[in-house]
Amino acid sequence: MKDRSTRDEIIRVEQVCFAYPGQQAQVLDAVNLSVGAGEFLAILGHNGSGKSTLAKLLNALFVPSSGKVYVDGIDTGDADRVWDVRRVCGMVFQNPDNQLVATVVEEDVAFGLENLGIPAPEIRPRVEDALAAVGMGEYALSAPHMLSGGQKQRIAIAGVLAMRPRVIVFDEATAMLDPAGRDSVMDVVLRLCREEGITMVWITHFMEEAALADRLILMDQGRVAMEGAPREVFARVEAVRALGLDVPEMAELGQRLNKRGLELPEGILTTREMVVALCRLKSGT
Amino acid sequence: MNVVLGQFFPGTSVLHRLDPRTKLLLTLVLIVCIFLVRGFLGYGVLFLFILLAARESKVRLKTLFKAVRPILFIIALTVVLNVFFATGGTVLVRWSFVTITKEGLINSAYMALRLILLVLGTQLLTLTTSPIALTDGLERLMSPLRRVGFPAHELAMMMSIALRFIPTLTEEADKIIKAQKARGADFESGSLVKRARAMLPILVPLFVSAFRRADELALAMEARCYRGGEHRTRMRILRFTRLDTLAFGLTGLVLALGVWLPV
Repeated sequence: MKDRSTRDEIIRVEQVCFAYPGQQAQVLDAVNLSVGAGEFLAILGHNGSGKSTLAKLLNALFVPSSGKVYVDGIDTGDADRVWDVRRVCGMVFQNPDNQLVATVVEEDVAFGLENLGIPAPEIRPRVEDALAAVGMGEYALSAPHMLSGGQKQRIAIAGVLAMRPRVIVFDEATAMLDPAGRDSVMDVVLRLCREEGITMVWITHFMEEAALADRLILMDQGRVAMEGAPREVFARVEAVRALGLDVPEMAELGQRLNKRGLELPEGILTTREMVVALCRLKSGT
Repeated sequence: MNVVLGQFFPGTSVLHRLDPRTKLLLTLVLIVCIFLVRGFLGYGVLFLFILLAARESKVRLKTLFKAVRPILFIIALTVVLNVFFATGGTVLVRWSFVTITKEGLINSAYMALRLILLVLGTQLLTLTTSPIALTDGLERLMSPLRRVGFPAHELAMMMSIALRFIPTLTEEADKIIKAQKARGADFESGSLVKRARAMLPILVPLFVSAFRRADELALAMEARCYRGGEHRTRMRILRFTRLDTLAFGLTGLVLALGVWLPV
């Protein structure tokens, strides 16, 4: 994991406010955000905190009411460059059914490339590469409705991946999946981030997923409420709770044990870490 | 739930390998010819031709003739109307207000044959051409009309999205029906009107959901840089081969023979 300060910046959100057309209420209120290239950033927040709206601002599906969003240096408010922005910043949505367009998997993966006007001989190898990268190569000729939710979501990732984006935004992409599907999607995303260096913006309300990110942002009422590495953020159990969010079970257990006088190190997030810490404590080392 | 998309029957026969445009055009010509044929001999030739083509494509005759079943009623109705209400010609039977003439009988037989041939021809097309190839073929055949403002690409896109969502919506309808049944809804008994009315609680949520899906799909398509048919390329390139030339030649000859044969 590279240190954030040494990364190039890929997304910059400057003083962004957003209200849906015809509505008074500000969904986002002066949000500032910077995402480094290759970073895995998780955005957490309860319903209505503005996290999904923020996601749609990152690839020009929405344009800020005031403030600026820059993606790879391009202003998303520049109407002439909307397609450049979307090419750099792909998006995977929540409902796997409602984002697949074609009746055959490989046609769906090719959809974005066809839209970009990529010449036909170049499309097929890129589709095959993208399907292989998400571990769905053998399903190239299947019909999407025959696949499981996790598989459909991986097809959606392949569809974005084939366009060779620098950033992929996931808008609660695992919310409708079963645990197995969620794991399979998470594995793919983590690997693509580490190996291909693709920046991931992961919007979720699952704490266990957020704990895997390089950095966390907690949204509340259209503002960034907390920010930092998962260990730092989840160590502040009370503050996270105050935002109407949970912390991972082990973070909470650690805090409770600490209150009871066990001297556990801070920032325990997984069961495994907890087991190791408890064993150390018991053996007195 | 396993819903078969269209009724495509995968295979590698000559018929399967033909360019979808060829098959679409030839089906169109066949349809025209069906109405030009003058006698039973001609119909025999067309019928035989379709049967041979089906045999070549390894489509089972049972599957092919399945298409006739839903229109049996229409065929029966046409025959009855033609037999009883034809006027003029040689009278065979006269009984109170019913008159059956020789011409009436022959005409009704022609009508029945035409309907059956129409259905068989189009059935063969959909059995040997995948929905995606069909929409591709249609888009490209219609694309010259784009110059006069005809939305060729949009139509093809709509067709392919409809095909994509048929199984999704069927599944959803199934779920809603089960949910309503679990709460005591009754879809099976009562008069036709009553049963039709019972469908309302299924259709309303289905429509609402379809609109929500459409909304989300539109957003997802835009996120993947969809901006209509302009500047769009395709992964699959359609190419006419010698096979297509052959198919045009052979079908042309057979159809010409069918049309030329006398009454």
